[in-house]
Amino acid sequence: MTGPGPALDGPLHFDAVVIGAGTAGMTAAIRLAQSGARVCVVAKGVGSTHLAAGTIDVLGRIDGEERVTEPGAALERLIASRPDHPYALLGSGVVADSLSWFFETAAASSPRGYEYVGGLERNMLLPTAVGALRPSTLVPITMAAGEASALHRAAIVGTHALRDFHPSLCAANLREAGIEARPVFLELELERADMSALGIARRFDDPAWRALFCAQLSPALRSEDHVGLPAMLGLRDPHAALADLERRLGRRVFEIPTLPPSVPGMRLYEILRRALRSAGGRLVIGAEVVAAERHGERIAAVATRAAGRESHYAAPWFVLASGGLASGGIELDSSWRTSERVLGLPLRGVPDAGEPRFVPDFFAEQPLGRVGVAVDPQLRAEGAENVVVAGAALPGQAPWREGCGEGVALASGYRAAQVIVRESGAGAPAGARAT
Amino acid sequence: MSDLIDMIEHGSLRGSLDHCVKCTICETACPVSNATPLFPGPKYAGPQSERYRVAGEPSVDASVDYCSGCGICSQVCPQGVKIAEINARARDALKREHGVPLRDRIITRPTWLGRIGTPVAPIANLALNLRPARILAEKALGVHRDAPAPRFAGRRFSTWARARGRERRADRATAPGAGPPDHRGLPRRVVYFHGCGTEFYEPWEGEKVVEVLEHNGFQVTVPRQGCCGLPLQSSGLFDDARRTVLRLARSLSAPLRDDADAIIVGNATSCTLMLKREGREILGLEDDPDLRLVSRRTYDICELLLALHDRGELRTDFRPIREIVAYHAPCQQQGHGIGKPALDLLALIPGLEVREMNARCCGIAGTYGLKAEKHGISMAVGRDLFDQVLASGAPTVACDSETCRWQIAHGTGRRSVHPIDFLHRAYGLDDAGA
Repeated sequence: MTGPGPALDGPLHFDAVVIGAGTAGMTAAIRLAQSGARVCVVAKGVGSTHLAAGTIDVLGRIDGEERVTEPGAALERLIASRPDHPYALLGSGVVADSLSWFFETAAASSPRGYEYVGGLERNMLLPTAVGALRPSTLVPITMAAGEASALHRAAIVGTHALRDFHPSLCAANLREAGIEARPVFLELELERADMSALGIARRFDDPAWRALFCAQLSPALRSEDHVGLPAMLGLRDPHAALADLERRLGRRVFEIPTLPPSVPGMRLYEILRRALRSAGGRLVIGAEVVAAERHGERIAAVATRAAGRESHYAAPWFVLASGGLASGGIELDSSWRTSERVLGLPLRGVPDAGEPRFVPDFFAEQPLGRVGVAVDPQLRAEGAENVVVAGAALPGQAPWREGCGEGVALASGYRAAQVIVRESGAGAPAGARAT
Repeated sequence: MSDLIDMIEHGSLRGSLDHCVKCTICETACPVSNATPLFPGPKYAGPQSERYRVAGEPSVDASVDYCSGCGICSQVCPQGVKIAEINARARDALKREHGVPLRDRIITRPTWLGRIGTPVAPIANLALNLRPARILAEKALGVHRDAPAPRFAGRRFSTWARARGRERRADRATAPGAGPPDHRGLPRRVVYFHGCGTEFYEPWEGEKVVEVLEHNGFQVTVPRQGCCGLPLQSSGLFDDARRTVLRLARSLSAPLRDDADAIIVGNATSCTLMLKREGREILGLEDDPDLRLVSRRTYDICELLLALHDRGELRTDFRPIREIVAYHAPCQQQGHGIGKPALDLLALIPGLEVREMNARCCGIAGTYGLKAEKHGISMAVGRDLFDQVLASGAPTVACDSETCRWQIAHGTGRRSVHPIDFLHRAYGLDDAGA
């Protein structure tokens, strides 16, 4: 793994190295750091947070049922019917514990007042950018007023510069769902023809901009008691922005998740990043794992691409949280080989040779859809006893069908840390920290 | 043969655009496109426009000139697209087509400027701070009147280093065995790459680097050296940049060839990044043996000291410093792919309260913020950082890059120093009267 180089090239030593900076990896790393472990996150780039809605969806749908309203109860049914599902390996207790932990952690590291609300008793139904209703378990306070059961008359506000958000489409679909929704277009002074939600969010950090925005929006509102906006209420102090808008408009205001870049997703990443740093963990972004040093059933160290040479990270434990098919952690190549990209670990859920991998309906149960790294009940990878797997790399789930991506990420990240802490307490296998 | 290497190497850099899935993560991180409509963003200027760029045909997109070259887009890309590198090459092509302004040919040569300014430092510094002179410079050259100008120190670091070297050799001759403590397996020698900022403007930073290294038992050698070529490269003057970086690689690689354990260490983080990666990758110099050797063995000073600490080999006889310090990791420091070692080093100092700034960029990007048409953008980019610094209550901002320090001081009125200053103080080396 190491080329010829100066003697200082030896690895950096940690108690655990986490690969991947999405929700699963960050959760595992924060938990480990909080328990006193020396931990480092290495990631090729920024993780999935920036692309997702910024909500924690635990369970939105299970096969043969309509939309899940009580995720806690539905979790038990899923665990009974799908023993191969990550939730079945984790157990509902771990899911509940991870949510409580998340509440605490988010509260300690969020911008003032920007809290998450919800719980396993009941999913909230919130409008998506196209006006469909999506079940979420925990949502940021800025989205809470969009809960469909309390939504009667809503103005859905957009601007032409934000080309990925269409108020007419959103409002039309909400009307189909029985909500009296009306599109409102504003011509905002933005200095450019098109802009992302993030670009506009930076404006919303400025109270003067918010005042101008409200002055323009107010006359366009009628009898609506709710105002829905694409999620762009600022990055620095979104709760203050929300309160400011509600006061000026005299109505409840809520954010609707947008296409990427996701402003609430960026806020979530920042919350996790801050929590990791305050717990003493390290984070190295732009550091793709390019090689691993293996001794039999153990990974001794990984090498990341750094400027000029590789950096080496040695640890008795590794958490693999590099994502599934969607993020490139698992790859299907042009010769139809499926592989785990970082450590080359064995997979589970690959259809037998000659069997179809896909079916034509995109949203149907895809034969390859539940592929993941083969793990034991402790989430340890087959063939690599000191690698614990978390997040979308786990087999048996179909996040886009089941609405369980963040729930699995959070609970499995939480569990991965638990496994490592417990096993290390029992004495790490000999030779684990040899230099 | 070198044509073939160039084709493969260039192909892999350009070919990386096929991995772009349009996820927009680069757009969320780009400091420039978030501050001005003149730059449409890394995804648009990079992987999207690149598909239309054909060798020998006119540039398709002049807005790439507004890319500051900070490199954050490539760092955050989860698919490994070399966005900043693609844009740097597009900027070079644009400059070839439209020509390079005289200003860019001047401000990108810190060695010339330093040699001219140092002997007449009082007059040069006066002129740089004289309003009419700055207005004239803006009108005649396009260097913005308010852009942060460093002060010539009036002395050169290398002069101090030569005297120090003579002194050390004399010490060793008179007191044999009083050499540095033994560190098993560690390179005993470091070659210090100080860069132009230390040589002409902040020689005291270099003096502190040397003293901290000696305190930890290293023998420091300082070969004759010039600019790394980064300012030329980022202004799109690739041919001049290649000549400059290769000249530096020749002089830095010579001591490495005699000693397999010797390494190069630098405190100018953007210049060490140029040696490690940007020279090879952006300027297409992958097959130069000197640069390859230098690249492999160059360390940022904080990277080296933290690596020592992780091995239990850094001296930790730190005195408490009861202060608050803000820390900003420059974009180019983040380009090393090593995290933020300075944060962990500063955390070792008892009493020191370290506040991590999470703004992306100070805006200066080397010489970008000096240019009249870009100064306003650079200040808008830096606004977020300036606000965070002011809100932190810290009287001092630690930052690894000199041009960023000048910009931060300009934007906040706060003092800005290299993190090494705090280590130097905590070791009590300030009192030693070096």
